[in-house]
Amino acid sequence: MMLVFCELKDGKVRKPSLEALSEARRLADAAGLKVAALFAGAACAGAEEAAGFGADVILKAEAPALASYSSDAFAALIAQAAEGQGATVVLGAATAIGRDVLPRVAARLGAGYASEVTALGLENGVLTADRPVYAAKAQASVTFTSKVQVASTRPNVFPATPCPKAGTVESLPVQGLDFKAVVKEILAKGGGKLDLTEAEVIVAGGRGMKEGANFKLLEELADALGGVVGASRAAVDAGWGLPHSMQVGQTGKVVSPTLYIACGISGAIQHVAGMSGSKVIVAINKDPEAPIFKLATYGIVGDLFEVVPEITKAVKAAGLSKA
Amino acid sequence: MKILVAVKQVPDSETKVKIAADGKSLDPADVKWITSPYDEYALEEALRLKEAKGAEVVAVCVGEEKAKDVLRNALALGADQAVLLKGASEDPLAVARALAAFAQELQPALILFGNKAFGSDHGAVGAMVAELMGLPQATLITKLELGEGTFRAEREGDAGIEVVEGSLPAVFTAQKGLNEPRYASLKGIMAAKKKTIEEREAALGEPALAVRTLTLPAARPEGRKLEGDAAAQAATLMGLLRDEAKVL
Repeated sequence: MMLVFCELKDGKVRKPSLEALSEARRLADAAGLKVAALFAGAACAGAEEAAGFGADVILKAEAPALASYSSDAFAALIAQAAEGQGATVVLGAATAIGRDVLPRVAARLGAGYASEVTALGLENGVLTADRPVYAAKAQASVTFTSKVQVASTRPNVFPATPCPKAGTVESLPVQGLDFKAVVKEILAKGGGKLDLTEAEVIVAGGRGMKEGANFKLLEELADALGGVVGASRAAVDAGWGLPHSMQVGQTGKVVSPTLYIACGISGAIQHVAGMSGSKVIVAINKDPEAPIFKLATYGIVGDLFEVVPEITKAVKAAGLSKA
Repeated sequence: MKILVAVKQVPDSETKVKIAADGKSLDPADVKWITSPYDEYALEEALRLKEAKGAEVVAVCVGEEKAKDVLRNALALGADQAVLLKGASEDPLAVARALAAFAQELQPALILFGNKAFGSDHGAVGAMVAELMGLPQATLITKLELGEGTFRAEREGDAGIEVVEGSLPAVFTAQKGLNEPRYASLKGIMAAKKKTIEEREAALGEPALAVRTLTLPAARPEGRKLEGDAAAQAATLMGLLRDEAKVL
């Protein structure tokens, strides 16, 4: 059995969770295993969607106390489910919760753990994983020597592939849990926008943006493309009022969108570490020697203050605007 | 109150990565070693708590002999005691076991980590130590407040800043933004030279994870530069994104 810890948001399974589930299905098919999707919350309405992405079994742990995330309680719950199902592989998406809870699950199960993996393999029951290391300047292939194997999958790397299965719903008893640390409230960042790590399109600005107010240009393009805005460390540290949660790079978020548009970003190693996994990279910079052009699929040497509004206009003119 | 801060020695982020002859580790030649940047936020937070509330700050590091440099640096910055757990492992669980065994003996009220070590980037050891010791945790914190036997921390969640409350003792991992780390004073550096670094064997146990290979990533294919004025470049780009890259 493979167990996938899944998260719900607004009654739908989060996309990174579907990606982890799809990858589990792919591995399970080759190995002749079954896949269980685990949900936890006050109520898990919407969990049935997991059946469409390869879940043979859908486990629901429902209790009022699970309405708020607690790392210790959720870890115990996931470990209980893994033991109950006899799971040898436990996966989850490397979301804020996944990265918080899965190492605890591994420690509880005496299992090896690989975080933010970008490829997985399963041979004779032994899991192998690829993961970027040293600021994406190298790639490590790791293998497990423990009976149970835990990994978190990097969002936007694995495809979420529909694959209808039975998805038999089972209720998981919620008992014997401590709640030593609990999320009491979420100070919303407003706008209900996607987190950078989940976004398929990111428009990011660097020092070349000159001031925080100019990020409005990037907002307009991001809105048209249905994406979100990010920033380099230089921009976040420049005192322009940009929050650290916007930062892409080694000391910020690591992202793998389908399309990354770098505006006025030189391409320092620190930044590249956070975005080199993007599928298509567009760089707009007035310095033709900027290192970002070495990575860019499409490079535009020019003034971003002229080019960016033209791209926004072109997106709208092509009838591709998602705004 | 005792505060334990775990620090790790890592290659400087500007290091040009070369693969060693074994094909699975970093070639240490020409590598400049530093304290992992996030660990500096953890240490700074411990020192601020010491100054505000009074505490004994113990820095611990799992590493080889050369890792004494990061402990010496921690002492220079203001840590009261430094302990080297001699050993090394690529497995975060093995490292967590060694640290948890040491922490169990020390019984600190707080254990602070950087949210991940530069290089291996698992971001797992802090949470693993918390689980092994049965303690609550708040990872990726940007703010920490202590009450009477309780804590309130803010952490970066996917939907916004999450406020986590819990009981002490507890484990925290520091995110950028938690504080602004200080520099060591000359006096601190001189004093640190006289302090002793305790050495023990790290109780790593059997690893659960092993690195098979370390490779350099495939270079991205050569991109193309778009010609013309801004409007022409934008139009060309639109066509390429739609018809060639097929991402729109």
